[in-house]
Amino acid sequence: MIKNISNLGDAALYCDFGKEVNKETNIQVIKYFKTIKEKNILGVNNITPSYNKLIISFDLKKINFNKLRKIIDNIEITKSDNIQNKRFQIPVCCEKEFSLDIKRLEEILNIKKEKIYDNFFEKEFFCYMTGFIAGMPFLGDLQENLRAKRLDTPRVKVPKGSIGLTEQFANIYTFESPGGWNIIGNTPLNIFDNSKEKEPNLINPGDLVTFKRITKEKYQNYHE
Amino acid sequence: MNKNYFEIIRAGINSTFQDLGRNHLYHIGIPFSGAMDNRNYLLANKLTGNNHNHPVIEFAYQGPHLKYHGNPINIAITGDVSFKIKKGDNLIDGKCYQSFILENNDELDIISTNKSVYGYLAISGMFDLKFQWSSCSTNTKANIGSNNGKKLSNNQKINIKEINQNFVNTKLNYVNTKIENIRVIKGTNFNYFSDEGKKTFFKNEFKVSKLSDRMGMRLEGKKIENIIETNIRSEGLIKGVIQVTADGFPIIMLSDHGTIGGYPKIGVVISADYDKLVQLTPGSRVKFQEVDLNSAETLFKLYDLETQNLISKI
Repeated sequence: MIKNISNLGDAALYCDFGKEVNKETNIQVIKYFKTIKEKNILGVNNITPSYNKLIISFDLKKINFNKLRKIIDNIEITKSDNIQNKRFQIPVCCEKEFSLDIKRLEEILNIKKEKIYDNFFEKEFFCYMTGFIAGMPFLGDLQENLRAKRLDTPRVKVPKGSIGLTEQFANIYTFESPGGWNIIGNTPLNIFDNSKEKEPNLINPGDLVTFKRITKEKYQNYHE
Repeated sequence: MNKNYFEIIRAGINSTFQDLGRNHLYHIGIPFSGAMDNRNYLLANKLTGNNHNHPVIEFAYQGPHLKYHGNPINIAITGDVSFKIKKGDNLIDGKCYQSFILENNDELDIISTNKSVYGYLAISGMFDLKFQWSSCSTNTKANIGSNNGKKLSNNQKINIKEINQNFVNTKLNYVNTKIENIRVIKGTNFNYFSDEGKKTFFKNEFKVSKLSDRMGMRLEGKKIENIIETNIRSEGLIKGVIQVTADGFPIIMLSDHGTIGGYPKIGVVISADYDKLVQLTPGSRVKFQEVDLNSAETLFKLYDLETQNLISKI
């Protein structure tokens, strides 16, 4: 449930679902997101779900904070308890040229890289949100022994397809972009397809994701 | 074959197609984009007889130098812009906020924006463009929008699909004003900052950094002291949000901003001041001034009325 609604500037609602970041809270956020989206409320421009927040921006010419707040306060969550989630298996190649930060992780975590990969590939991840750059999924939760901070100085360019780890999350760089996550591999799979008008994202909030290690040969000959 | 087109002699620094932008896509990471200075965008379209969501060329600092080929077409430029029109041996000084006719082989040289960043070129007709998610707006960082998501480049052609034949000349008296005080509403993490930090934010002057673009505007000045955490759990952003990064300096989210971010939000620029905010050039000095939500809503109504009033005069 929404614990508190405040204004973010004069043209957005800031809905806070509490301090905790876990699947249960996030599932609430996603349910609200889906319900509000289906209602097509006049004046609402964008709805951005994240771990434990939902930000609803609106057109100040059509509606204002107090009016929209009333609507959101009275909204009934129509989604059933189980949000529909899809399952994906993402192929990842961990050759040296792709695993840019595996050495750094070995040192910081004090774990051998094979152990890091074993843990990573056995985990099923939950997609908390997508964004920052188009289609980038934020996946959790990484095992506690694999949690590291982001790079001190972010890279100017992280290659497209890179798989990154930071704290309890993994993500996939849907295209080349600046970024500071610890890169451990690369996927040949296209996670964001901007030629698709509908559903350009492969992975959406609530989906479940596992990773599968592939050889360099498979990576090079990969066809979707 | 397109018989009406612009040949690009010089593309300018950052010339892109823009319209009102795209909505309902933040949740997949696609920002709003659209013309940075909404009022000047709307005026450019009205001056050329277009509807309010029609593609224009937005340029920054130095605009494009174009040679026109085809049947006569009207154009208008808005902002605070120096430009010249070359008709044979005749060189005409351009004026913003009025329509001009371009004929075959005429050249339009948009030399620079003056003490401002963005200007707009609209035509009385329609560029031949591919839309993406029902908008032409170009986000060059994500390669989204018309022209394959890229800015205009030298020696490229800009095809024109349609020319409006029933055009009447237009003119408007309007002078852009600058702001020194940016009005803001306190952000959701305002209390992450010490009393000293809050004072720094509202009392000190900040300088617009060179590292500013359509995604964001960085500011330099005294560091703003954070006493809680320099990171927050990543959450949604909107344009106008002022985040304070770990180095203690504010960065304001602009139209192409990343859709989520993890730095504390000290404030949000009010909607009424956004158009003037984006026109601040690197090196400009600004101060932040606090207003409450009610005042921000009233100020927006006034801003919108003024815009509608200007449009109705054309």
